[in-house]
Amino acid sequence: MTTPVIELRDVSRGYDDGPPALSDVTLTVHAGEAVAVLGPSGSGKSTLLNLIAGLDRPDTGTVTVAGVRVDELGEAASARHRRARVGMVFQFFNLLDDLTVADNVVLPAQLAGMARGEAARRAADLLDQLGVARHARAYPGRLSGGERQRVAVARALMNRPALLLADEPTGALDTASGEDVSTLLTELNAEGQTLVVVTHDLALARSCTRRTIQLVDGRVAGDVSVEPTR
Amino acid sequence: MSALSRVVRSGVARRRVQTVVIGLATTMAVTSSVLGGSLLVASTAPFDDAFAEQRGAHLSAVFDAGKATPEQLSVPVDGVTASAGPFPVTTITPSDNGPGRNGAGGQAPGGQAPLTVAGRTDPGGGPVDAVTLTEGEWADEPGELVVSADGPHAHSPTGSAVGRRITLTDGSTLTVVGLARSVSRTADGWVPPSWVTAPESYQVLYRFTAAESVDAGREAVVAAVPADAMTGSQSWLVLKKAADRSVAVFVPFLVAFGVLGLVMSLLVVGNVVAGAVGAGTRRIGILKALGSTPAQVVRAYMAQALIPAAVGTAIGAVAGNLLAIPVLAETEDVYGAVKLTVAPWVNVVVVVGALALVSVTAWVSALRAGRLRTVDAIAVGRTPRPGRGRWAARLTARLPVPRPVGLGLARPFARPARAAAMTAAVLFGATAVTFAVGLASSLNQIQIARDHDAADVTIGVSDPGPQPGSRPGGRPAAAPDPAAVSDVIAAQAGTRAHYRTSRTQVTVTGVAGTTAVVSFTGDATWDGYQLVSGRWFTQPGEAVAPTPFLAATGTEVGDTVTLDDGGKTVTVRIVGDVFEMSNDGMVVLTDAATLTAGNDAKGATHHIAVQPGTDVNTYIDSLNAALAPLGATARPGRSGQASDTIILINSLTATLTLMLVAVAAMGVLNAVVLDTRDRIRDLGVHKALGMTPRQTIAMVIASVVVIGVVGGAVGVPAGVALHGAVLPAMGESAGIGLPASAHAVHSLPELVLLGIGGLLIAIVGASLPATWAARTSTATALRTE
Repeated sequence: MTTPVIELRDVSRGYDDGPPALSDVTLTVHAGEAVAVLGPSGSGKSTLLNLIAGLDRPDTGTVTVAGVRVDELGEAASARHRRARVGMVFQFFNLLDDLTVADNVVLPAQLAGMARGEAARRAADLLDQLGVARHARAYPGRLSGGERQRVAVARALMNRPALLLADEPTGALDTASGEDVSTLLTELNAEGQTLVVVTHDLALARSCTRRTIQLVDGRVAGDVSVEPTR
Repeated sequence: MSALSRVVRSGVARRRVQTVVIGLATTMAVTSSVLGGSLLVASTAPFDDAFAEQRGAHLSAVFDAGKATPEQLSVPVDGVTASAGPFPVTTITPSDNGPGRNGAGGQAPGGQAPLTVAGRTDPGGGPVDAVTLTEGEWADEPGELVVSADGPHAHSPTGSAVGRRITLTDGSTLTVVGLARSVSRTADGWVPPSWVTAPESYQVLYRFTAAESVDAGREAVVAAVPADAMTGSQSWLVLKKAADRSVAVFVPFLVAFGVLGLVMSLLVVGNVVAGAVGAGTRRIGILKALGSTPAQVVRAYMAQALIPAAVGTAIGAVAGNLLAIPVLAETEDVYGAVKLTVAPWVNVVVVVGALALVSVTAWVSALRAGRLRTVDAIAVGRTPRPGRGRWAARLTARLPVPRPVGLGLARPFARPARAAAMTAAVLFGATAVTFAVGLASSLNQIQIARDHDAADVTIGVSDPGPQPGSRPGGRPAAAPDPAAVSDVIAAQAGTRAHYRTSRTQVTVTGVAGTTAVVSFTGDATWDGYQLVSGRWFTQPGEAVAPTPFLAATGTEVGDTVTLDDGGKTVTVRIVGDVFEMSNDGMVVLTDAATLTAGNDAKGATHHIAVQPGTDVNTYIDSLNAALAPLGATARPGRSGQASDTIILINSLTATLTLMLVAVAAMGVLNAVVLDTRDRIRDLGVHKALGMTPRQTIAMVIASVVVIGVVGGAVGVPAGVALHGAVLPAMGESAGIGLPASAHAVHSLPELVLLGIGGLLIAIVGASLPATWAARTSTATALRTE
């Protein structure tokens, strides 16, 4: 068994007076795994993703990512941990409109203090690898949805993270673009990238992950490992 | 509650920062407007108001008690509408140590200037000179004294002189029981008539039918009383001229700050309200989608701006009135006015004007939003128009600075209108600070030039000549031999330089009244005398004189004037325009050898500079021991006592500048808050990508650096230019030429520091939103629509 990249132990998180968004969740994700977190709206998927990314803290329990207790980190340490070990891909891409594609991709490296030349080379390689190098000097607004998500993936991979988190990565894409992104994620995982995909799209889960965690009302209702349907 | 009311209430509550900033900006604007407006109004005619209220004397006449009886002085006089007196007058000389220097003329022997006191049973209520009791009570019992609130005896080392016991040279004592103000400056103090058992003279105060024809009135009085009985008189026109000159100094200064404050208020309030409407565009779209009419939207957004503005206006009006109380009290002292209050119409104009301004600004902005198509309003939301400032983003991405700093530097170019408003706020703030610092420095230089008291040690001898507000009838004390005193000073170990002055009154051909002549023995150039133009006199027959004298005589540097010293005429050549404020600028400074001998006999003031390293107190002790046989006493020099006018202007400058800087910083704060809110999702992305709180703060702070630098770079020269325009105007209004040291007050390092001040204003304004941005939850930011 490989080293755990994510370890959640008895994690609960609630907001205000409502029912807990997550309740006593315990799960482990190992390096190289591709995991889909499925569930209907309000099941706690986004909360789980935020806790793993260090964007939020649990009320109880522990969250360990790449050997670091992220639930104990302060804001600054959490940011440093995130940019070093976690890449994030969002449903609506969250590219910065006033930066070129290349500048968007290179940003995490620049925030981490990577040398300018090295960062530029790495960004160029990634854009080339993901098939969007020709758009390097363009602005995100001129790209198609699928291309934007490819750029977002390139940006997420910029600092060679141990973990790639994707929040509904195909949710804002048409079918063809969605399949394109799904393929990309599968290829990344095949190359050894640990992947956690939060989605309510069963097809996406089946196509690019080998394990499915089902959340219902904040609890793990199922944790099934399957072979991808490719 | 109507739907519109609910929208307004929720809008006010939801946009807390904007609500607070609108409230604070209007508070500051209204406060400064009420304060400035009140001062401007109060400064228009304080002397005239006070003179009318006190029924001031057009002529204060003093008669020799040996040549006229009270009955003879009570005869009717043609052209006199009212008179008061005769009041018995005497001169008293305190023997205890007093306040020291007494104007440019120096000190009285024994350390306390003599007081001319009049015997009066009550402060006023009569037909002329209703003296206003400002503190304590009237002197009803023998041994009680009321002193002039404008005189040097009004203060004791512990504050007010009320309660102080004054021992006179004859051994008797007087207790100060009150302070009073006479706009006609009829006496230094008042005592019960019964205390003046042997009056030296009598004072009669007259009001004439023709107030401007004082000379004719004086002649009528002289004709009505026994021959040669009148020994002195004072025209109200002289006092009015001096008061008007003092007031005139304020007007350009207040106008400058008033204009700065008004423009600043317009800018910030307009920007805040426009920003609030702009930031709510998406909300407006939703309201319209739900069925709100454009008129309802406009009303809702106007109300959202007007509610905090109304609260701010109310608070500002109260604060302005409260602040005006001490400032106007100071102004009363400066003007010699009786009671200055905030003019009610100033409050009305400011309050109505501020609300109208906010309404118009909000209406224009809300109208724009109200006309926006619903679909566009929803689509536009708070996202800036794409494409703006991309060139800046590209450029800053290549700058050799940390990436968060580069991201911040590009921000202003994405919102050029907002950045321009912020820049203007910083610019005005920097202008105000530069102007204020320059003005304070200039006033300091004027104070130094006015005092010309670089001397470490002084020995004052009486007969300083008539000072503004002094009364005739003073009695000079015996003086030691000035030449002998000079010899002792010269022989004293530790003396580096010394000179002495003596004063006399002369008449100048073509000029009414008398002119003071200060005669110098020894080199006085080290003592801080400053020239407006020309040079210091170097030989007998040469003289320097201040601008008012040159104006009154119609002469310029290089011309000659003829002085008549008791029938002996002396022609002197004016070689310099000197900054000298004594005797209302009607003074000539010249070598002692220029005039005929005899001035020294009337007394002299000695000014001494000690050698470096010499302990002044030890020097004074030693010198006083040597001077004891001559009856002179040395005292420390450098009074360092700023004039009330300068203290008041400095206080006002500091208050108004702080307000303007605060408003400027709030303008930046509001704009950065709006910007942060606009970019909250981008902020979440940055943080999700690993931007630390410190990097977030750096990015937000960097977003105002360009604004601060540009605002400072333009604002500082603008402040220098404003200073360059206002200062001469102040001098011109006061009828005085200012020395070069008062004009050239900005040094390059100081200007650089002031430029950095602009940056500081921007950074201070951005600090709070930067902290908020750093603390914003990433998850929340990413969820924000």
